[in-house]
Amino acid sequence: MEVARIENVYRAYKTGTLETQALRGVSLTIASGEFTALVGPSGSGKTTLLQLIGCLDLPTSGEVFINGQDVSHLNRDQRADMRRGTIGFVFQFFALIPTLTAYENVEMPLLLNGHASAERRERVMHLLASVAMADRANHRPDQLSGGEQQRVAVARALAPEPTLILADEPTANLDTSNGEQVMEIMTRLNKETGVTFVFATHDPRVIKYARRVVTLRDGKVVEDRLAAEDAHGAR
Amino acid sequence: MIQLLKMAFRNLGRNRRRSFFSALAVGMGLALLMLFASFIEGEMGSAIDSAIRLQSGHLQVRAQSYDEGKTSLKWEDLIEDPDQVAAQIASLAPVRVATPRLFASGFVSTRNESAGVRVYGIDPLSEANDPYRIGMLSGEFLTPDDREGILIGQPLADKLGLKAGDRVSLSVNTSNGDVQEQAFSIRGIYSTWTGGFDGVTIFLPLTKAQAITQAENHASTIFVLLKDASQTEAVVAALNAPRLQILTWTEMNDVIIQTEDMANSYMGVFYLIVLGISATVIINTQIMSVFERTREIGILSAVGMKGRRILAMFLAESSLLAVGGIVLGLILGGLVVAYFTRYGFYIGNFGMTGILIMDRIYTQLTLQDTVSLTMMAFIVTLLAGLYPAVAASRLEPVEALRAEK
Repeated sequence: MEVARIENVYRAYKTGTLETQALRGVSLTIASGEFTALVGPSGSGKTTLLQLIGCLDLPTSGEVFINGQDVSHLNRDQRADMRRGTIGFVFQFFALIPTLTAYENVEMPLLLNGHASAERRERVMHLLASVAMADRANHRPDQLSGGEQQRVAVARALAPEPTLILADEPTANLDTSNGEQVMEIMTRLNKETGVTFVFATHDPRVIKYARRVVTLRDGKVVEDRLAAEDAHGAR
Repeated sequence: MIQLLKMAFRNLGRNRRRSFFSALAVGMGLALLMLFASFIEGEMGSAIDSAIRLQSGHLQVRAQSYDEGKTSLKWEDLIEDPDQVAAQIASLAPVRVATPRLFASGFVSTRNESAGVRVYGIDPLSEANDPYRIGMLSGEFLTPDDREGILIGQPLADKLGLKAGDRVSLSVNTSNGDVQEQAFSIRGIYSTWTGGFDGVTIFLPLTKAQAITQAENHASTIFVLLKDASQTEAVVAALNAPRLQILTWTEMNDVIIQTEDMANSYMGVFYLIVLGISATVIINTQIMSVFERTREIGILSAVGMKGRRILAMFLAESSLLAVGGIVLGLILGGLVVAYFTRYGFYIGNFGMTGILIMDRIYTQLTLQDTVSLTMMAFIVTLLAGLYPAVAASRLEPVEALRAEK
């Protein structure tokens, strides 16, 4: 079952009179349960593609479908609704709300979705336990290490039971050990829950975890292969 | 809602100093307005109170043809047998005191100076004349049978260089249009701390005033004080006097009341200006907050928070700043007003034509003023926070996420 489908998508940015084509006619389908890496050098369009899939942005032309629904022409609030129930995000810079505790950060999507208090509590503690952060629930981000913050971010992304989690350079600000720890958690959760993971990275240590690798260069998909075909990262 | 308020409170705590000074700006604006409002209320209250105590009373009963501007002493313009009329009025339950008074115009002369005066013939024993009795600075108060004594105000005494016991010549108009002159002794010098009144008003016993003006058993007015000013209209309705005119204190002091109404309407604009200036601090604070938290707004949007909820979050912060500012303002303003309620502002002989104002104003802060100023401060502060909140709610998530932390 497809979770996301991108058809001939272009995205151009205008800065003054200068127009930059971030994506040029990209077409891609993401199936349920995938653990897919978008790879490529800086400026290849990985983040832009992730933002379009995540309904954070709209294409200049082309269509984006999430769970079969065309999201290419939704307004800002409609896209927020789509994200809230369907898509989770993990950012490079952890992106936790600094005035909220780990518990409250994970709880935020559930609050926005109107879950009852008891239900929220159970789900949040379960998620924090799954990322080994249950004992740090009452700590604020400035009291957590980078790796701990990213684990909380993964838990928050999973909170609304999304069908799709998008991670933009999730290990870029982590050391090797923490980076691997976060990737292990994401891999495990992908297998346990069946949630689709798509992450953008140019870190070879992270790419090895992916079962599918989509390579972008200059805004185009230049390669789309299963990881088993990769001689260096065979699974 | 609770979560929003919790987040708003914590967000304000990120920069406690900035939040405190922002709230303080609102608070100082409110405190200033409380002081202004209480001063206006005190000033106008003092003017009304002075006018009632010293000039108009709550009611005056006069002959139908009497014209205060002409100070007529013709018998047909005066009240005959005023003691009986006063006694009848005093028998009404809401009436505290009713006393006859005779008004005349004249001038007081010494060897070198003279001054125009307004002559009040009063019953020295009446409670209505307590303000003058209490205000005696030197000498003695009048007695009903005093044939040669007058009381003058301190400003008049200063102007003519007089003291208690000095002799002066008093010339007054009479009922047949003549001028009667007689030598009098300054029995005493009084002060009501109202320069506009004290400088021109002298007192004689009523019987002496009637004699010198040839008004005989007549008076210009029956001066009435009530136990409660709200009973004025009821007493007017109860008084059945077809040959007499009854004037209420609102009619006799319409200049003061109109001045107060005008002052209140101008002050309303002034209040908004002051609060608007305070509100600019809030606008600046919140714009800075939106700018500093642009990426965070993008994150909230990414996890599915809609624009109106982001708007609500920033408005919640403005509301908390407003509440904090109001609390500070009420404390600060309350302390300042309490001080000037006790010790007053000394303004000296600040006179306005037609309005008596004491030389010291005691502030009076009413509950109505406090509530309306508080609500005004809250609304203005909230409106000030609206623009930054709308700006935050309209940020595109992808643009916000690109912002520098």
